[in-house]
Amino acid sequence: MTATIEKERLVVIGNGMAGARAVEEVLARGGADRFEIVMFGGEPYGNYNRIMLSNVLNGTQGPDDILINPLDWYQENGITLHSGEFVESIDRAAKVVVSQNGVREHYDKLLIATGSRAFIPPINGMHTADGKLKTGVFGFRTLDDCTAIVEYAKQSKKVVTIGGGLLGLEAARAMKVLGCESHIVHLAAHLMDMQLDVTGGAMLRRAIEAMGIYVHTQKSTAEVLGTRNVTGLVFKDGGILGCDMVIVAAGIRPNAELGVRSGLTVERAIVVDNHMRSVDDPNVYVVGECAQHRGRVYGLVAPLWEQGKVFADHITRTNASAEYHGSKLATKLKVMGIELASMGINEPSEARDEVIQFSEPKKGTYKKLIVREGRLVGGILMGDISKAAYLMQAFDRDSPLPEERLSLLFDLGTPNQKITLDEMPADAQVCNCNGVTKGKIGACVAAGKRTPSAVMDATRAGKGCGSCKGLVGELVAWFCGGEVEEDPSVHYYVPCIPLRKPELIAAIREHELKSVSAVFATLAGGVEDAASKPALASLLATLWNAEYDDERDARFINDRVHGNIQKDGTFSVVPEMPGGVCTPAELKRIADVAVKYAVPLVKLTGGQRIDLVGIPKDQLPHVWADLGMPAGSAWSKSYRTCKSCIGTEFCRFGLGDSMGLARKIEKRFRGIDSPGKLKLATAGCPRNCSEGMIKDVGAVAIGDNKWEIYIGGAGGAHVRKGDVLCVVDTEDDVLQLIGRFMQYYRENAKYKERTYTFVERIGIDRIRAVVIEDADGIAATLDAAMQASVDAAYDPWREAIAPKTANQFASLVTAADA
Amino acid sequence: MRETIRDVLVGDVSQVPPGEGRTFAVAGRRLALFHTRAGEIFATQADCPHRGGPLADGLVGSTSVICPLHDRLFDLRTGQGPEPDCGIRVYPVSVRPDGKIWIDIGN
Repeated sequence: MTATIEKERLVVIGNGMAGARAVEEVLARGGADRFEIVMFGGEPYGNYNRIMLSNVLNGTQGPDDILINPLDWYQENGITLHSGEFVESIDRAAKVVVSQNGVREHYDKLLIATGSRAFIPPINGMHTADGKLKTGVFGFRTLDDCTAIVEYAKQSKKVVTIGGGLLGLEAARAMKVLGCESHIVHLAAHLMDMQLDVTGGAMLRRAIEAMGIYVHTQKSTAEVLGTRNVTGLVFKDGGILGCDMVIVAAGIRPNAELGVRSGLTVERAIVVDNHMRSVDDPNVYVVGECAQHRGRVYGLVAPLWEQGKVFADHITRTNASAEYHGSKLATKLKVMGIELASMGINEPSEARDEVIQFSEPKKGTYKKLIVREGRLVGGILMGDISKAAYLMQAFDRDSPLPEERLSLLFDLGTPNQKITLDEMPADAQVCNCNGVTKGKIGACVAAGKRTPSAVMDATRAGKGCGSCKGLVGELVAWFCGGEVEEDPSVHYYVPCIPLRKPELIAAIREHELKSVSAVFATLAGGVEDAASKPALASLLATLWNAEYDDERDARFINDRVHGNIQKDGTFSVVPEMPGGVCTPAELKRIADVAVKYAVPLVKLTGGQRIDLVGIPKDQLPHVWADLGMPAGSAWSKSYRTCKSCIGTEFCRFGLGDSMGLARKIEKRFRGIDSPGKLKLATAGCPRNCSEGMIKDVGAVAIGDNKWEIYIGGAGGAHVRKGDVLCVVDTEDDVLQLIGRFMQYYRENAKYKERTYTFVERIGIDRIRAVVIEDADGIAATLDAAMQASVDAAYDPWREAIAPKTANQFASLVTAADA
Repeated sequence: MRETIRDVLVGDVSQVPPGEGRTFAVAGRRLALFHTRAGEIFATQADCPHRGGPLADGLVGSTSVICPLHDRLFDLRTGQGPEPDCGIRVYPVSVRPDGKIWIDIGN
């Protein structure tokens, strides 16, 4: 006996965009092996793109041009298509569907995708006695409608389109193109009132009228005139508009009668569950415009595609738990040559809603966004829709918007200018440090890495300067189609210990863990994760200060030998030079050292210091000793430097002693560890020559002894102007408050999180509340903790005399004498 | 006994601090020795195959090292790197009771 696997029969009622797309999705999941597929289509064609019907109407495309699946496609895929057959009834008990012409098909699973039809409002004179539309009156929904309209328009002079929505506008334009006098009659006060607000509607109206089309708003049609043919419309306000043809584009109605007749629950359409199944029958699925999900019926193409995917996942068991959760409506369209994008609501609906808008009527440009709690809940773009792809994605994913609202409306040409992920070519470089392209990230996701950290590990994207990490995360989400896996470790301070920073601090304090190895032993099961060591070292140094057990192996090489490693394994030496100031004697010593050790490169740094580059490891202690200057901390995740301008001493514009303050700052904070680099500057006046406004912390003199304190600025891989934390009256206040802010940053930032990210994440208002207003009552604690760190700091170059570990500065250890 | 075995004395455990690495000169070549906090000794080629970074200056974990130049991570036991064509040579190590480190440098 041979065992044959019986295929199940999947019968699909409806061969429109929803039905055919759903079947394509089933085939894409290998459904042909599982199902014998039979389709019924009421129209005698293959499947066509209904969205393009207006092009057929205005003659720019022929009916064949808009076919998606010609009849051959059904044959090739082994699908039986009954075209031109309306299904009359479903016998759910016997699992049989019957068409008007008596075709019977048995099913195991049934998909209803009967779509919708043009809604013809109940208006006197619309129909003839036999229930047909009066001669000269047309719906606008199918290819047949198009053919009939085009034919009749040839003998018509004046055509009225009822309905000023998208479809109505397209019909009206087609009539104009075909040489008729074209009118639009619309019930609401402005056109496209589902998508546009009053302003947008008015601009659209002007554009349409400029094309020679007549627009009549707030007109409710009371009667269609004419005994045999249509001769005009009468409105409820008494007005009359003569015409010889009417196109009704007043919306759609779901074709749900079949559901009613088959005993399925039907409200506005056939009611389905989250698997797109009828709530009454697990063998009957419904997708598209005839389906009602969570009270909503969708008439756009995107939701229907999402529904088709869920249906296919579920019925093929590719993902038996696939669920549809409703769609957020966003559309990008071209109405009569005017580019338009619309999403969500078009007017603010709550007091907290923030409206951002720009209008330039002369150019036909209008942009309006409605933002709630930092997220996009609605928007209109007309004329210039260059930001549409980005905004629609932000809307759809509910993703947080940049603080710079202006950048939502325009590409400002700033360094963080954002091209949308859709538009980004596959060979666009995402991570410049490691040469990782968009395509490479896509391939990695396709290979099964579905979290940003897994992708970054595999591709090395984001592992250089780290400035692309956000973009990599967005791309991973984009490639995952929004189904990015939650990676809990991104919230951990270090990936090997499942604790967030505050929890980790609590655990470290509780167990009194004062060395990195103690943390691994107690909290990570004794496994030492190399990459986590510096992060833990930084945290422990901050927490324990003088009590910290500084195991050097936990530190990055720069912090073990107190210089910055170069590409050839040599190091750079940067002596301290507060505010960029040194004495002639110091300058001479530096020169002498450079000559003595034949330093390959002497270079001024961005932080106003002198860099001796290319010094081998074993020469470092000698170089330091000869310099006789303290270390400049130019290598570490720590306080780095404080630049300054020449301030009051010589500058004719100076308002504050920026050099003196820079010196005080440097002497106080040098050697302080922190989660990321802290680069500071003081400026003697708001001309800001020393760039204090774009430093992690900056102090800018504004006269009357006052200083403005800026935090969170950046002028590196990321460019950001700092936020003003406060204005203070004395240099001592500057020292106290920047210290307090830096301590708050040290205790709360993630490792390697620079202040520009930290300040944006926490929010300047919250930081001001803590640091200035002492809202949490921790100001004194922060000050004391910073003071303890200041007291514990030391000059690491003293290790020139007393190395801390065996062979600390050995470039090469020679084999021991055996 | 395989003829290719060439055990050479490299140094002493005390020459490499726990949790760190050092570059050694031995038998006309450079090697990186690593001393994990758990007390194990590993030996590998000295330079990162990516851009020649000094691996001994890297951060050392229980069984791995991260190159200090571009963060490439290598398994100290197998030499396996982030990509198939980017691995390092590892050498068998034996630590004698007197703390001396011997390495089989093969050919």
